[in-house]
Amino acid sequence: MDAIKQNQIEPEKSERHRCMRLLAQATVEEMRAALQSVQPAPEVFAVRGPETGLVMVRGRIGGGGDPFNLGEATVTRATVRLGTGEIGHGQMLGTEKEKARLAAVFDALWQRPEQRGVVEALVLAVEERIAAQDRLEAEQTAATRVDFFTMVRGEN
Amino acid sequence: MVEVQDANAVYAGAFDNPVFQSQAVFRALMDGMARPGTVVAIDASAVPPEPMGRGAGAIALTLCDTDTPAWLTQTQAQSAVPAWLAFHTGAPVTDVKPEARFAFVEAGAMVPGFNQFALGTQDYPDRSTTLVIEIAALSGGPAMIGAGPGIKGEVEISPVGLPDIFLTLWNENRSVFPRGVDLVLVAGDAALCLPRTVKLRRKEA
Amino acid sequence: MYVAVKGGEAAIANAHRLLADRRRGDRSLPAISIAQIVAQLGLAVDRVMAEASLYDRSLAALAVTQARGDMIEAIFILRAYRTTLPRFGYAQPVDTADMKIERRVSATYKDLPGGQLLGPTFDYTHRLLDPSLLEDGPVDEPEQKDVGDAVTMRVSEILAGEGLIEPDGMLPEDHVPGDITREPLEFPLNRDLRLQALARGDEGFLLALAYSTQRGYARTHPFAGEIRIGEVEVEMDIPELGFAVSLGRIRVTECQMVNQFSGSAKQPPQFTRGYGLVFGQSERKAMAMALVDRALRAQEFGEDIVAPAQDEEFVISHSDNVQATGFVEHLKLPHYVDFQAELDLVRRMRREHVAAKSQGPKPDMKEAAE
Repeated sequence: MDAIKQNQIEPEKSERHRCMRLLAQATVEEMRAALQSVQPAPEVFAVRGPETGLVMVRGRIGGGGDPFNLGEATVTRATVRLGTGEIGHGQMLGTEKEKARLAAVFDALWQRPEQRGVVEALVLAVEERIAAQDRLEAEQTAATRVDFFTMVRGEN
Repeated sequence: MVEVQDANAVYAGAFDNPVFQSQAVFRALMDGMARPGTVVAIDASAVPPEPMGRGAGAIALTLCDTDTPAWLTQTQAQSAVPAWLAFHTGAPVTDVKPEARFAFVEAGAMVPGFNQFALGTQDYPDRSTTLVIEIAALSGGPAMIGAGPGIKGEVEISPVGLPDIFLTLWNENRSVFPRGVDLVLVAGDAALCLPRTVKLRRKEA
Repeated sequence: MYVAVKGGEAAIANAHRLLADRRRGDRSLPAISIAQIVAQLGLAVDRVMAEASLYDRSLAALAVTQARGDMIEAIFILRAYRTTLPRFGYAQPVDTADMKIERRVSATYKDLPGGQLLGPTFDYTHRLLDPSLLEDGPVDEPEQKDVGDAVTMRVSEILAGEGLIEPDGMLPEDHVPGDITREPLEFPLNRDLRLQALARGDEGFLLALAYSTQRGYARTHPFAGEIRIGEVEVEMDIPELGFAVSLGRIRVTECQMVNQFSGSAKQPPQFTRGYGLVFGQSERKAMAMALVDRALRAQEFGEDIVAPAQDEEFVISHSDNVQATGFVEHLKLPHYVDFQAELDLVRRMRREHVAAKSQGPKPDMKEAAE
């Protein structure tokens, strides 16, 4: 593949990648509310799933060495096709089937330029919610940081 | 447009009812392996992309998963078949024959030598490749006599479309027992299984 | 002779009904919800996930309820459920360097970059029963402080800078990580398989083995280089997309144990490492795992194998509590026929014993007595 074509595809890919990452952490309520604002309501056909299975989670020996199998996690995935032909995939940890189906719907909607705004607004809201929660927890952890002070320094 | 056609080929063509249909195909294959040489019906509602046939597609949907690398002929490897397999079964395609747990050969394609595939080990003879070979017909060709476990006395088979040196290849495969490959011959929506335990010879006229 | 017997269906059905009753207990008390167990008995849930080798908080909590709080039974139930699900694929290795840290301590460096973050720890509590928990009283909100921008560097990286510590574990090129859930164990094992087995191993068993190394049965001079707990992202390749997609985050505990090594003919003296990585928050397990991992590397470092913790076949064959409980507990199942055979044998031996005695001591025995 020539470099020009590659460059056109990569930003698109990474943008979709970001959306899917955030859709995996969206709640059913967030997605249902966002779907209300898609008019007319999209026609959705199931291609595969929603179905629950496993993903083998891997670690690295010593933290950064070669991979080893740590253990499995439940994962639920769905693939849908819109009436307009776009294929969307949704997948996330856990066993919530409706969540996977809705994520797949939004992944498909994202591929329609006229709907992309709705999807982007949704994932932005999810991103902000997660960032706020992460910040809060990080600040709570920071309050448990040990500040050492020297009481006595022995000579010899 | 080409992309849309590809997408349809990749995402369509799986079982309508994966649980029951894959169980039915599994049962047919199990019976076929238990009674070598008998023709068993394959629920062929699968529609894989060309050039893979419907029977082979149904077997792939039933047996393949993410832990079973599949080897494909070059023609199939360059078609939409790898993407179809990946989406519906999770099976990765390998071009390293000894790594393949399954190998799929479409009708009319060259059948590679069996000993190029995984033959298992003395301790784990199950770690071998199962070859799914599509042929023109399961009967009507040159007759062979089969004997061995699962066969009461003898069984006569006459598949059409196997390579001329098939019996030589098969005898070589027999000679490394308990290692060796197992075969599933497929024509249309029927299959005939030849596990490595089967002894085959040409039927004298 | 094998005698098949039937019966007990009614007794079994009634026993299960009784179990359901006792599990629910006093009906005047509200039933515990799964959400409550996830939220308030989180470390019990974590242990079940780790040893069942299945990360799913809700299912683990359900297993704890169903097992009436019997942890090994809960682990067993979750393990069994795991086998009913298809495996969609393999995740990319989690990046613990990029962890969203909830706790991080080092016993080797006081002022390490990122600092000592105690997090929600039992350490420094007085282990006094707290009667205030008998009431559902108010709980203070945690304090908050500015996070700062220090990168939470790994301790192993600090030592690696001076070349004083062995690098992260490497296996031969093209090595595919082994999977004990797919292929039968064949000793000797590679370190990847050992770590997989230890990660799902029984906490009590690993704790005891780790303790034994400290008491002198395969001493390894350990220091807790670093322990970190927090969330990491799980990414899986999606073949139809051609790229890896994040599935969400899981909490893990990682322990880098730093051990002294006096060197060999091939290697200069340096620090070696034991590694622990466990689902959930479980630092006791991660530390024990790291100690046992290091002990099991004895052969690699040319150390004498003198203690149980260094014996790979002994450790890995006995670390799985589902296997262990299955074999130990099977003894309570009917062995009527086996026992009848034993009974016959002992009766016959007693008859022979009595007969021998009544004939008086044999000449050669008399000689021995003299």
